[in-house]
Amino acid sequence: MTDIAAHPSHFHAEHGDEHHDADHKPAFFQRWFMSTNHKDIGTLYLIFAIFAGIIGGTISGLMRVELAHPGIQYLGHWYEMLHGAGTADQAHHFWNVLVTAHGLIMVFFMVMPAMIGGFGNWFVPIMIGAPDMAFPRMNNISFWLLIPSFTLLLGSSFFSGGTGPGAGTGWTVYAPLSTSGSPGPAVDMAILSLHLAGASSILGAINFITTILNMRAPGMTLHKMPLFAWSVLVTAFLLLLALPVLAAAITMLLTDRNFGTTFYDASGGGDPILYQHLFWFFGHPEVYIMILPGFGMVSHIISTFSKKPIFGYLGMAYAMVAIGVVGFVVWAHHMFTTGMAVDTKMYFTAATMVIAVPTGIKIFSWIATMWEGSLSFQTPMLWAIGFIFMFTVGGVTGVLLANGGIDNYFQDTYYVVAHFHYVLSLGAVFSLFAGFYYWFPKMSGRMYNELLGKIHFWVFFVGVNVLFFPMHFLGMQGMPRRYPDYPDAYAHWNGIATDGYMIMVAGMAVFFVNVIYSLVAGPKAPANPWGEGATTLEWTLPSPPPYHQFEQLPRID
Amino acid sequence: MLKTIRGTVLAMLMGLAALGAQPAFAQATTIPQTVTPHPGVVAPTPASPVVAGKPGDIVHIAPTPGVGMPTDKIDLQPQVTPIGAEAVWFHDKILVTMMAAISALVLVLLIWVVIRYNARRNPVPSQTHHNTVIEIIWTLLPVIILVLIAVPSIRLLAHQYSPPKADLTVKAIGNQWYWTYQYPDNGDFEVVSNMLKEKNEATGKEKARTDADGPRLLAVDERMVVPEGAVVKVITTSNDVIHSWAIPAFWVKMDAVPGRLNETWFKAPDHPGVYFGQCSELCGARHAFMPIAVEVVTKAQFAQWVAYKGGTMPGAKGAANPDATVGSPATEGKAASGPVPTDAAVPGTTAKPATTSQPAVAQN
Repeated sequence: MTDIAAHPSHFHAEHGDEHHDADHKPAFFQRWFMSTNHKDIGTLYLIFAIFAGIIGGTISGLMRVELAHPGIQYLGHWYEMLHGAGTADQAHHFWNVLVTAHGLIMVFFMVMPAMIGGFGNWFVPIMIGAPDMAFPRMNNISFWLLIPSFTLLLGSSFFSGGTGPGAGTGWTVYAPLSTSGSPGPAVDMAILSLHLAGASSILGAINFITTILNMRAPGMTLHKMPLFAWSVLVTAFLLLLALPVLAAAITMLLTDRNFGTTFYDASGGGDPILYQHLFWFFGHPEVYIMILPGFGMVSHIISTFSKKPIFGYLGMAYAMVAIGVVGFVVWAHHMFTTGMAVDTKMYFTAATMVIAVPTGIKIFSWIATMWEGSLSFQTPMLWAIGFIFMFTVGGVTGVLLANGGIDNYFQDTYYVVAHFHYVLSLGAVFSLFAGFYYWFPKMSGRMYNELLGKIHFWVFFVGVNVLFFPMHFLGMQGMPRRYPDYPDAYAHWNGIATDGYMIMVAGMAVFFVNVIYSLVAGPKAPANPWGEGATTLEWTLPSPPPYHQFEQLPRID
Repeated sequence: MLKTIRGTVLAMLMGLAALGAQPAFAQATTIPQTVTPHPGVVAPTPASPVVAGKPGDIVHIAPTPGVGMPTDKIDLQPQVTPIGAEAVWFHDKILVTMMAAISALVLVLLIWVVIRYNARRNPVPSQTHHNTVIEIIWTLLPVIILVLIAVPSIRLLAHQYSPPKADLTVKAIGNQWYWTYQYPDNGDFEVVSNMLKEKNEATGKEKARTDADGPRLLAVDERMVVPEGAVVKVITTSNDVIHSWAIPAFWVKMDAVPGRLNETWFKAPDHPGVYFGQCSELCGARHAFMPIAVEVVTKAQFAQWVAYKGGTMPGAKGAANPDATVGSPATEGKAASGPVPTDAAVPGTTAKPATTSQPAVAQN
């Protein structure tokens, strides 16, 4: 009857596992530092992502405060606090370090660990009726690689990166700014950090692919698999295919920097544009890596709170596959001003616009899922509905930017910043919060506070829109990205954007209060707090689930 | 074989573009006709750089407020080139309409389901999970919309890549953190363009910015000067890292990549004016402080300015400054008024020799 997974009544596993061996937890150090349990590793990933998100978010706060008014107000002071007195150039370099760190942290240490490492680890095995991931120890190393990786990145800001300390290359690490333009160890450390994060993700991707393809419970065909598992499967393939290309690209950066090669140096027969092609061959799939698991989560939440099965399940699943495939052949739309031939530009314009089709299918299918449903508006549903609209706004500006002829104006302006923050900061992050509230009772065994959750949503929603929508206006007037100071005409909307950041921070404060309060004093959560609409397997287990679930596999009818 | 396929596809796309033939320039932007000549506006103090301080230099003009520079309005900068006018029409009439319509549609549908299908008004949910017809419709409808967008989009691209015969070639070279402009058609002299500092920041003999130079962070000491109405071919490259040469009012942005020659073009407006842009590719510490300024002057003023810089006008006999012609291309008959072919216009004056010459523009 239902397309997604199983109904609780179809679930035949023996209950009561949790009372004996299944719930025997190892001692603290062994449990959290040598963990092979997918739920514990998922928890570690989530804690890590929140920690990194606080750092990345604080950095964006520093940037917004500096940008609130024209002129350089604070950069010099911050630089002095960190590194002692410095020149104006060093303060400006510090700005580039902030820009670089914000991008890398949010992409590699916040969104990806939370989506795939956190929610993927926690719920993919449970949703497909598996006891754990296929390679539990590899799962462990996937997580623990992130610690030295993050340490290298943060540490790089204290080593020379050319004009000043830290890597000021932007998250794209374009050559030759990242090679001859940035002497000193900082950029090498940042590159090694990316290598480690990439290795972590590749191992994780192998683990997910193996788990999903081999460990589904009896009866769960791919076409009965919950959409979140589908989204992680597609994401894992993207990771597996894209990250080695990044690894190759940045390895060549390393050898250009340290061993005299000239892959990206024209004076030795190389080409800086080669780096951009390699980077964006990874970088464009990367943006779908960051959003696809969010698609999966939103699908479950919309279905649950509409008390209806997902509309067009197969279309939804294959739309994600299509986005993944097409996502690999559109990379050069990030490079429209690098001097491309006209037919290349026409191809990448057309191919990029094609992505709007499967994305449209998803938007309309979510709305159709709600159509004639019986909607209730608990916090996860608010985030999911907010996600649909904000992602649509980010999506249509993406169609605009897809036009190669238009990019002669918009390339590298704040319009691009607005666009990708609408799909990431309002898309991916909204889906993360939706998933967090949706699964918080399951993961912690306690209910979050509904009122605080709703306040968090509304304040955050207003804040990020005030923060990011004016950036469209700045981009339309041509304000370039990655500028610590700007002509006075841009002051008005920059000031408003900074106000929006402050509102958003207030929303985040409510979030943290809610999490701490709920973990300490939240009411005990039942196995399924969401009622008949929640049909996937995690809701058949107690909250929190036993340490080892499904010692006898469920059968799916 | 491959070439044939490419050609065919291209021809099809062009055909597609032609189908949607419409008055692309219907929305020509109005350009203020008043250009303030400088002297008399600002007191000719010695500190004022806009005055032709040195004998022989032209009288540089002050920019028109709101033209060629950003404002805090919610629109695109006024466009002063035909390509810019076409692009603004495409943006305002097609893209913004599309974005507003789709966003509004999704918003209205969401509001409708929230109002109509909340648990109170609709306690019993339907269990519909499939409707092939509607799924086909919402797959095909976006396809049609995208094709409709693609027609003017491809046409704009085609126009951008079909420049008229160039009247002048300027080579814009990015450096950390300033621009240099070389005029290979005019004896290959070079102009170094630095951002002007504010009064309280300028030290020693440095010139400080005045309002006649342009807004803060946009004004430069030496503008790139071009004659009015000229089709200007801009060749960009770099001496160190990647920069990007951009003038929003011309709808022009082209990366300056070390070791590469990129080519773009614009048609200068038919009247004098000043237009500003900023480096648009992260290039290190002073990325935000290497603005671009193009000054459009009359043909006579341009000739005077070229002479002042030690260059020559094509067709003129000899060079005012013999050194200025060193490295200038040997072309067939300097008397010809046409532009120098791009390939030849590569003086070996940059620190890094340009090894790949791949002009972005395929000139037909």
